[in-house]
Amino acid sequence: MCQVDEEYNGQLEHRVTPRVSKKCVKCKENTAVLIIRAGDAFCRGCFKEYFIHKFRAMLGKNRVIFPGEKVLLAVSGGPASSSMLSQVQEGLSRDAPKKLRFVPGIIYIDEGGASGQSMEERERAVAQLESVFRATNYHYHIVHLEQVLSLPSSVLDAGSSATEKPQTGSSYKAAVDQFIQTKKNQHPDLSVENAQSHLSSLSMHEVENGVTSPITPEHTQALQKLFASVRTLTAKEDLLHTLRQHLILHTARTQGYTKVMMGDSCSRLAIKLLSNISLGRGASLATDTGFSDPRYGDVVIVRPMRDYSSKEIAYYNRMFDIPSVFIPGLDTKAQDKASIQHLTESFVTKLQTDFPSTVSTIYRTSEKLHTACPPQNTNTQPFAKCLLCVCALDTKLEEFSAYQATLISEQLSQRRGPASSASQGQCCSSGGGQHQGCMTGEGGCCSSAKSTVDLKSLLCYSCRLTIKDMVNALPQYILSEAERRKRRSQMREEISEFLLDEEEDEAIPRVNGSL
Amino acid sequence: MVSLLSLYLGGGAELLFGSVKEHHVTLPNQSEPWDMKQLLVWIRGNMLKERPELFVQGDTVRPGILVLINDADWELMGELEYELQDKDNVVFISTLHGG
Repeated sequence: MCQVDEEYNGQLEHRVTPRVSKKCVKCKENTAVLIIRAGDAFCRGCFKEYFIHKFRAMLGKNRVIFPGEKVLLAVSGGPASSSMLSQVQEGLSRDAPKKLRFVPGIIYIDEGGASGQSMEERERAVAQLESVFRATNYHYHIVHLEQVLSLPSSVLDAGSSATEKPQTGSSYKAAVDQFIQTKKNQHPDLSVENAQSHLSSLSMHEVENGVTSPITPEHTQALQKLFASVRTLTAKEDLLHTLRQHLILHTARTQGYTKVMMGDSCSRLAIKLLSNISLGRGASLATDTGFSDPRYGDVVIVRPMRDYSSKEIAYYNRMFDIPSVFIPGLDTKAQDKASIQHLTESFVTKLQTDFPSTVSTIYRTSEKLHTACPPQNTNTQPFAKCLLCVCALDTKLEEFSAYQATLISEQLSQRRGPASSASQGQCCSSGGGQHQGCMTGEGGCCSSAKSTVDLKSLLCYSCRLTIKDMVNALPQYILSEAERRKRRSQMREEISEFLLDEEEDEAIPRVNGSL
Repeated sequence: MVSLLSLYLGGGAELLFGSVKEHHVTLPNQSEPWDMKQLLVWIRGNMLKERPELFVQGDTVRPGILVLINDADWELMGELEYELQDKDNVVFISTLHGG
């Protein structure tokens, strides 16, 4: 069997291309028009039912959306998020049986500044999308990526979670009751229907509020400088993703949304899973690709499209005229090997054509990943989370861990090189105003060794790799938050001997009255 | 047999064709009927403006591009061996740019 010149002709499974028109496997009457997965042929009507049902089932199975809750839909204009928008419309429409009950809002982030588009192209895309959003009658927000430079540093705080994550049906009901109670305390007379009609009557007026203030070319230049300071496309894409998440989070928090729906499809999540492992984000795989992402605490990110392959979405959009706008991104027309994410995408897509169960296998594997619950002393360590991606820090140096091995090999390879740290002069260190000067001034001075090391301790492994080239060009809010955390940890060290440990607290018998 | 075809490009594939989504083409006469394989060769030679490897790979389309013939999956029609009829509608949608 295991010989050098194997002859496998005719024994391997060959993908049979059917010649005769097949019948739909579900209704068995109509002619099939689409093949899904590894060979199920559906007719048009059955496919539409299947598609709509999957969305409702996904939301129903993972019950995290409470009725009456404000949910922000992150729409990028691409097929998957446009499809998600139409499914939400479908689910909320009055004639749907068991209709969904939540209050949606839409956010679109204009990333043209980072991907090098001209202002006219960006305005055209925004205008197209605005007409789509207006047709839905939901409140929408158009946010430009340039605004990330003026975010407050409080956006990086992981807010406290509003409720415990419901595990079983009964606690979901309890959570819903609690949610309705807190809502009633805030708005005593706004029911869900009132809220929706209220919003739709205001939508024409608040359209101006939905679009944020126009941005100046200086902002765009600052953003472009930020991205130009990152050398690799991999790091650029990672940074873009992080900044986008921060913007969405900030908008959700300021506008009162407690859930955010992202339109990641099954194929996209499979690619994300593999490329995250390559980027060093293996520790946060479950939150990055799971259905709900609770890392931000008060705002939960939900991915209802994670069961749809891109083929199904593309076909549905084409058949049922879902408007979507194509907007070129950072990796449009890039070479296959331009970035890790792009390479993984071409790898998975190629594999999928020959082995149609690739994506679903990866997806099912990702479903089995769960985050181990951290011990409940995260309150005492508010900055045990990464500064940029807000997931748990995974860089505790343990004996014989893979991380320790990476560090040792890094040190060994650096010992050979010339001592370059001596040549780095004292660059513009602390002092907020000087950060601006650093960005516009000499390009070669930045990376004073001291501030690099300090920032590193606040980041998870993969975020460290992303910012390796760009310490002093980070947006202001990240740097000021980093300063704050450093000061807090220094303070903590100084008073650490005076802090009571939790175990000591219980051992010491309590004394009534003051000490 | 003259074949008048309408081609539609979506999902970003139009970028390779000068950002024009809809095309109506008349294929030149030949004795045998046109099939998809020959159509792809013809598109590559006559319509693609740039970066042919992003659309056609070898004999077939690049993985990630969905092909619909008269609004039906081309896998149901025989993929490359399908013979084109007059006034057929062929759609190429790139699924590589996600949502």
